[in-house]
Amino acid sequence: MNLTTIDWLIMLLYFVFVLGIGFALKRFMKTSKDFLQAGRALPAWICGLAFISANLGAQEVIGMGASGAKYGIVTSHFYWIGAIPAMIFVGVFMMPFYYGSKARSVPEFLRLRFDEKTRAWNACSFALMTVFSSGISMYAMARLIQTLHVFDKLFIHLGLPLDWIFHFAIILSAVIVLCYIFLGGLTSAIYNEVLQFFLIVAGFLPLVWVGLKNVGGWSGLKASLPSAYMHSWQGMGSSHTNPLGVDWFGLVAGLGFVLSFGYWCTDFLVIQTAMAANSEESARRVPLIAAIPKMFFPFLVILPGLIAIGTPMVTRHVMGQAAPVGMTATTSGSENLSAGRGLIPAKVDPVSGKIMLDTQGQPVLDYDLAIPNMLLHYFPTGILGLGLTALLASFMSGMAGNVTAFNTVWTFDLYQSYINKGASDAHYLKMGRWTTVVGILISMGTAYVVLGFNNIMDTLQLVFSIVNAPLFATFLLGMFWKRSTGHAAFIGLVSGTLAAVLHHGLTVPAATATGIHGGWLHVVHVYPSAMALNFYQAIFAFTVNFVLTVLISLVTKPRPESELVGLVYSLTPKPVEHHMAWYARPSVIAVGLLVLLVGLNLIFK
Amino acid sequence: MSLDLRIPMGLMFLIIGALLAIYGIFTRGSEIYSRSAGMDINLIWGIVMLVFGLSMFLLGRRGDKHPKAPPVEGTARPLGH
Repeated sequence: MNLTTIDWLIMLLYFVFVLGIGFALKRFMKTSKDFLQAGRALPAWICGLAFISANLGAQEVIGMGASGAKYGIVTSHFYWIGAIPAMIFVGVFMMPFYYGSKARSVPEFLRLRFDEKTRAWNACSFALMTVFSSGISMYAMARLIQTLHVFDKLFIHLGLPLDWIFHFAIILSAVIVLCYIFLGGLTSAIYNEVLQFFLIVAGFLPLVWVGLKNVGGWSGLKASLPSAYMHSWQGMGSSHTNPLGVDWFGLVAGLGFVLSFGYWCTDFLVIQTAMAANSEESARRVPLIAAIPKMFFPFLVILPGLIAIGTPMVTRHVMGQAAPVGMTATTSGSENLSAGRGLIPAKVDPVSGKIMLDTQGQPVLDYDLAIPNMLLHYFPTGILGLGLTALLASFMSGMAGNVTAFNTVWTFDLYQSYINKGASDAHYLKMGRWTTVVGILISMGTAYVVLGFNNIMDTLQLVFSIVNAPLFATFLLGMFWKRSTGHAAFIGLVSGTLAAVLHHGLTVPAATATGIHGGWLHVVHVYPSAMALNFYQAIFAFTVNFVLTVLISLVTKPRPESELVGLVYSLTPKPVEHHMAWYARPSVIAVGLLVLLVGLNLIFK
Repeated sequence: MSLDLRIPMGLMFLIIGALLAIYGIFTRGSEIYSRSAGMDINLIWGIVMLVFGLSMFLLGRRGDKHPKAPPVEGTARPLGH
């Protein structure tokens, strides 16, 4: 990596502004509400962009680019089927309850609607998951900085050992995120998420443009790729005829319904940004505003993956000769490119230094390098700094969202509810502030644990998927069925989680050893792919939770209806829309979004 | 909240855009642009970012001078507990 002054200058400018925003916001942080809920005073467009940005961590950017290179356009299902319908649903139907109930967090809504134990379960599992995923984000960033040799020259120049780069990256990101959250709380996190949103667009749009131009436009890209890469629905009839290894039912029900609604409608990481909006109307518009860019994000993050595969060998050789002396590695892992495909190098065994081969003797490709290599290949110095800054920004804001969500859930749902009840607001503000430090420290700890144990990342991601899978059934029944009770919700939720654990223990993806990937109890079913296992596991967990909650609700005593006003759909007056211009009404925006969604799927079917 | 995000964000994009554009002018025709399909991407994209940053900044300044009217009365619904 050959960075020059201009690249460093851009990166530095970004950090200055990030911290500057934190300092500028400090004087507005007077109450715990200001700090943990952004004072509930932000405009809808800011919250809307933060809503998708909170989810757009670099793992997402890198991962989607990687899937784009591996599977093609079919990856866009994670955006279209796997996000848009859920975002529309949460905006139109669920936000009035989150915002209108005056709950300060998603677990607190569960206490208002159900009872203390359901809240405690959700608050604990959520708080743990947020700090762990923040740690994973931190680890991933430090590894990427190492792989791309971003700081190598700087370290050599200063005479420091290169092994310290990992620690340096961890500490640098921790300090920056800590500073701006400690100073400006959720507002600061949201503002920086918006900043990151625009940076990602500014960094990736020229990448797609230059990349497409280089491979001969859309038609050139199409010609250079296998035809299966360009379709999102072809072969979805059976799990054996499409690259994902999932059939359409698993995709639509597992990803499109259970997982996506479970995430976008219940995860406080994203919901916190909508709950920070300045009115219920704004809060309802937040996910809808977010859905518009979300729909087009595949062109920004998945398309570079496709272009990376489609970039022909010839340009690479020309490039290699044109590179000035001393620029040994124009793209990361260039020595393995000859065994790779397009810009994707083959994976190298870190111990033996040899190219890793799969069971058929084909080289294993390192798809995670699709986006970084695209940046290095197509961007000259100057704009390269911008691209890298965008990548770093997305890592940090992914961490920041997790840390603020942890702050709120810890302070309001655990500390204030179970440890220290009647303290002053100033005390909770202080608690919220200092929880930031604890949250960041746990994240750093997680990052080092992930570094030390190979399997821990897979394990954590497995735990996330198990805990998240049944959640949506609880919220769905809570908001739309007044008969559902607290005991039922709690038993349903716990059983749903256990069902997911059991399902994982009894099934395994094809051609995979039993253990961390499934089948550790006894193998009763083999899924065609890990993705299929994950989707069906979610369907099972959801169904168990749903059925049990309904059955137990019928035999337990419901709460009086008067207590449920504002919490359940049928007992709450419908939001008024008639005073808004027709195009600003959530229902109209929702229909428009659905039409666009169908249109995009038809174009890329 | 009395800090309009559009002002610092506009400023950031303005400065980065200007930096890129100026760098692009000085490196016109340089070999580094063989990477970006022969386009002076620094100059082009610098100008795009500069224009975006400037419009954000101006919008933020205007918004600061004309505070928004409070939300229409009677649109808040009865709340739960």
